[in-house]
Amino acid sequence: MTGWQTEFKETDIAIVGGGVAGLAAAITAREAAPSSRILVVEQAHPERSGCLAAGVNAINAYLHPGETAHTFLDFVLREFMGIVRRDLVMTMAAGFNKAVDRLAAWGVPFPRDREGRYLRRGRHAVVVHGERIKPLMFQAACRAGVEFLNRTLAVEFIVNEGGRVEGLYALGIKNSTFYIILARAVICTTGGVAGLYSPSCPYSGLIRGIGWYPLFNAGSGLAMGLRAGAEMTSLEARFIALRVKDTLAPTGTVAQGIRVPQVNVHGENYLEGRHLTTVERLQSTLAEEGAGRGPCYLDTTRLTPAEARQLEEAYLEMCPRMVLWWGDHEESPRDKPLEVCPSEPYLVGGHSLSGYWIDSRRHTTLPGLYAAGDASGGAPKKYVSGCMVEGEIAALSALEDITQHDLHLTCPGETAVQEAKGRALAPLKRTNGLVAGELEARLHKILDEYAGGAVQGYRLMAGRLLIARRELKKLRRECYRLTAGDSYDLMQAHRVVDRIMVASAMVEHLLYRKETRWPPYQERADYPVRDDSRWMVFINSRYNRDNDSFIMLERPLEEEGGL
Amino acid sequence: MTVAIDIEKCTGCSGAREAQCERICPGGLLVREGVKVQLRGGGACWDCAACVKSCPHQALYLILPWPLGGRGARLYARASATETEWILRLPSGREERYVIPARINQKKPVPEI
Repeated sequence: MTGWQTEFKETDIAIVGGGVAGLAAAITAREAAPSSRILVVEQAHPERSGCLAAGVNAINAYLHPGETAHTFLDFVLREFMGIVRRDLVMTMAAGFNKAVDRLAAWGVPFPRDREGRYLRRGRHAVVVHGERIKPLMFQAACRAGVEFLNRTLAVEFIVNEGGRVEGLYALGIKNSTFYIILARAVICTTGGVAGLYSPSCPYSGLIRGIGWYPLFNAGSGLAMGLRAGAEMTSLEARFIALRVKDTLAPTGTVAQGIRVPQVNVHGENYLEGRHLTTVERLQSTLAEEGAGRGPCYLDTTRLTPAEARQLEEAYLEMCPRMVLWWGDHEESPRDKPLEVCPSEPYLVGGHSLSGYWIDSRRHTTLPGLYAAGDASGGAPKKYVSGCMVEGEIAALSALEDITQHDLHLTCPGETAVQEAKGRALAPLKRTNGLVAGELEARLHKILDEYAGGAVQGYRLMAGRLLIARRELKKLRRECYRLTAGDSYDLMQAHRVVDRIMVASAMVEHLLYRKETRWPPYQERADYPVRDDSRWMVFINSRYNRDNDSFIMLERPLEEEGGL
Repeated sequence: MTVAIDIEKCTGCSGAREAQCERICPGGLLVREGVKVQLRGGGACWDCAACVKSCPHQALYLILPWPLGGRGARLYARASATETEWILRLPSGREERYVIPARINQKKPVPEI
């Protein structure tokens, strides 16, 4: 702990995470209340942090003429077999188009047709040249007067005696500073969780980073919420993406962007004429493999040279490694069809259902704490625009909250601060023990083998999940042996602790839902049938810190927010 | 480890408080050691290419490691005010260039398609 100073900060709203949801929240708050102090606490630099670091080539949630929030809700209900928070989806969809207009106003280039409308890329998507979406949002946030604390990893919420979240503790990774950040409201926008399972296309363990979702999103915000007693929802609704094999590049760029057929090894289009949901397309691909008709491909061989070029350019805006892959093989997309494969499972509220349980104002179950974007649950298919809208709603709710309530922030006492600092920096003080990578490898082994990893065909069963539960409980205790040589190692240590916490909660959810609702996101081999008479409910959980256990709850679909 | 650093070209952004790539990397994987930048924890690199675009000297480029290819192709990028130019150097030495709109120039809107 030598050399770690302590610094105190105070703000009106602290936003944890400077991705799309966080920046949208910050800008909205400053615009609505120009005298408010808005502080974004970001583990990297908001100019290129979060899951859109490389950029994006489509905004997948937009209401084209003829579509409404209601038609979008119908689409989402079908996609997630009826388990959807209607209030969240409706309030989100109402803001999609304005969010896209805001991006355009900030300088993000959208190609348009002759009438000036955005170019359609599928039923709910528009084309965008979004390689620089993050830098442009960051610039907009700077113009709006948002303050930033970068290279700062949030580790713990500060909860006052009345149970209200009044800020957070965070680690300045570059300046070795322990921050006490007091805030009248906190918005958690830390994104989804990657790195729970080992990569679905492992390469001798040398290249861990090739995944679809960034490994830097370790679920810190969810773990902080769990430790503070917040209620989480639908952690059993994992997200598994159908991706290009080896590069894990998005397939939508090809399937929706260029509209090529998806074929099995015999060249048969196994999706043709079937109106399938996202998860069913994934399941159909696994079924082709299971029936011996794999591998499956996106057939890019019939593209014209201009279309092939267009495809390469679209990938450069989102996943440049795909173009490098073609280049390294001295091939064009026209030379060979693209083999597809499923990714490892993630927890991502923007695609699936998992995250904080929030009300329609995006308030969590902890007073003073809001959540938005990939970190909040119940409203899938958010994508970029939906995450922005959630951030905006959370910001306006938080502002309303702090203007209506006369809040007097009380700094935690000296003892509490020293204890929190001691906990956060403990790995630096230990000389003998484990490094983060060792615990991470064990976590992967437990989840891959006992909680439906790719090696298990993603399938789940009680017997295995109970072993996962037992092993994770042991692993939670091993966290007290973590060591770190420097501040980067310390960040990695915190990330693995957070992943283990989120994974532990996820396994409880996977055990609890005794049916098969969204195969292969959630497929119980021991309960292979979907049972609407029993399981049309949200499954929620809360962590009980006192006895290191989880409390499981069921929430009806109808009740708004369940709060 | 998917980003390579050309040590000849890297200046470590000497004089600046931190190197551009060090500032921008979402994983905190690039660090200035002495006058050059090094990659640490490179296994976690996500290929987002933020560092590649940020380098004022084009000292950084994406490579495809041997389990996936390893034939030596390199992907460079250069960001201007309104466009991002990508240079793909193939193993044969041939180069492909792609120029992609990245930011609206208020005076010159994006052309219609």
